[in-house]
Formats: sequence, C-alpha cells, structure tokens
Amino acid sequence: MQVPLSWYLVVAAALFCIGLYGVLSRRNAIGILMGVELMLNAVNVNLIAFWRYVEVVQASVAGQVFAIIVITVAAAEAAVGLALIIAIYRSRRTVDVTEADQLKL
Amino acid sequence: MSVQHVVFIILSAIALIGALGVVLNRRLFRSALFLVVSFVGVAGFYILLEAELLAMIQLLVYVGAIAILIIFAIMLSRQAMAADDKVLNEQWVLGGLAAVVLCAFLIYILTRVNWPVVEAAVPANSIQRLGESLVNPNGFVLPFEVASVLLLVALVGAVIIAREK
Repeated sequence: MQVPLSWYLVVAAALFCIGLYGVLSRRNAIGILMGVELMLNAVNVNLIAFWRYVEVVQASVAGQVFAIIVITVAAAEAAVGLALIIAIYRSRRTVDVTEADQLKL
Repeated sequence: MSVQHVVFIILSAIALIGALGVVLNRRLFRSALFLVVSFVGVAGFYILLEAELLAMIQLLVYVGAIAILIIFAIMLSRQAMAADDKVLNEQWVLGGLAAVVLCAFLIYILTRVNWPVVEAAVPANSIQRLGESLVNPNGFVLPFEVASVLLLVALVGAVIIAREK
C-alpha cells in the first residue's frame, strides 16, 4: 500500500511555507539564504512525487532531470549568494539585510 | 497503515522539525545544523519515492556542499551579529501570517484536487535511463550543458566576488 500523493504535496507545501517565513522574517542574510534552500527542497519533493505517481508509467525521467537542474541552480545560488554576503560583510561589517540598503559604499 | 506510511510520517517529522528549527532558532549556527536534519529528511523522501540517485545527490550536494558552505559563511561573519541582537525584522508578523495563509490555501487545494495517479512500478533501469536522457540530443542534453556552464560561471563569479581586494 503506497502513501497517497497528496501526503507528499501537503508536506512539501508545509516545508515551502516554513522556508517562506524564514525568508520574510530573518534579518540575517545567511538566514534568508537558508530559507530559500528550504523552499527549493520543497519544490524538489513535489517534482519527484509527481514523477513517481504520474509520470513513471510513461517510462520517462523528466521529473528527475528537473530536480537535478533545480539542485544545480540551488548550488550556484548558494555559492554566489554566500560570496555576496561575505563581500558585504568585508566592506560593512554587517550581514543584516535591513542595513545593507545601498548599492555603493 | 503499512510500513511505508509509518516511514513517511517519521520522515516528514524529521523534515518539518528540521525546517522549523531553521527558521525559529535564534542562533544561526544551530539553524544551519537543523538545516542538515531537514535535508536528510528530504533525502529519505527520495528513497521512499524510489529515486535513489536523487537521494544520493541530495546528500552529496545539499548536506555535503551547501550546508558546509553555509556553516563556513556563518563562521566567517560570526562577529557581525551578537547573540542578543534581534534576529527578526519588523515585518515578521506579516511574514508569518502570509506563510500560514499560503500554507492553509495550498493544503486546501492540494487535498481537494483529484490527481491522475497511476499505480506503476519504477522500472529497474531508471537510473540508466536518466543518465542516457541527460546526454541524448533528443532528451535533455541542452539543459545539462547549460547547467554545467551555469555552475562554472557561478563558481568563477563567487571567487571573484568573495576575493579580498
């Protein structure tokens, strides 16, 4: 007996909204980045769940390819985002996004 | 309730408690450790969904690389925020409200839609097919190559941005 598809979707929705709360409420830029990673994870759970329950009968792997691309983009985003945070920290001694509100020093 | 249901409930508890730990913890370092817990829970979902390769990628990329990168960044910017500083901005009430409303809305919709689920076993050679479709001109070779260029550009960009002048 398999787990119903909607269970996965509900858990992924909860994960996404927890990440959204982290993105919207954190002051620390690294905390915001962690929220974004949670949201991307929730999307990946959805992609794989739909692959397993809807697409697998057509012997296609597009859902898994999508998830791999999302993971790649998440890795690139984390690398560039953290580099930006380190650069801001170097020049301003803060990682508080409410204080980093200017493009120039 | 089969074994799968029990495993699913345990995994979702791990993933959701980890995620809540990430957003509710005041100490950023502990948040990062909870993030690892959440990632491991999601990897368990992939195994339960019979996407074993994805589970391994999840462990390698998220737990092995991204979480470590985040911990590095936290340690490099440690003095920036003292422990008694405010961790939430002024709009955290609105943000929480938006998240709760969106979550209730999504769950309401997701549980009412009749999904076109088909009962089918995963083919034994699905990992082989995944690898073949990633280099197949009629499959996903273009997104695959674009992803590798994206990773290269992101790495070079990250090094240049973070380098000391």
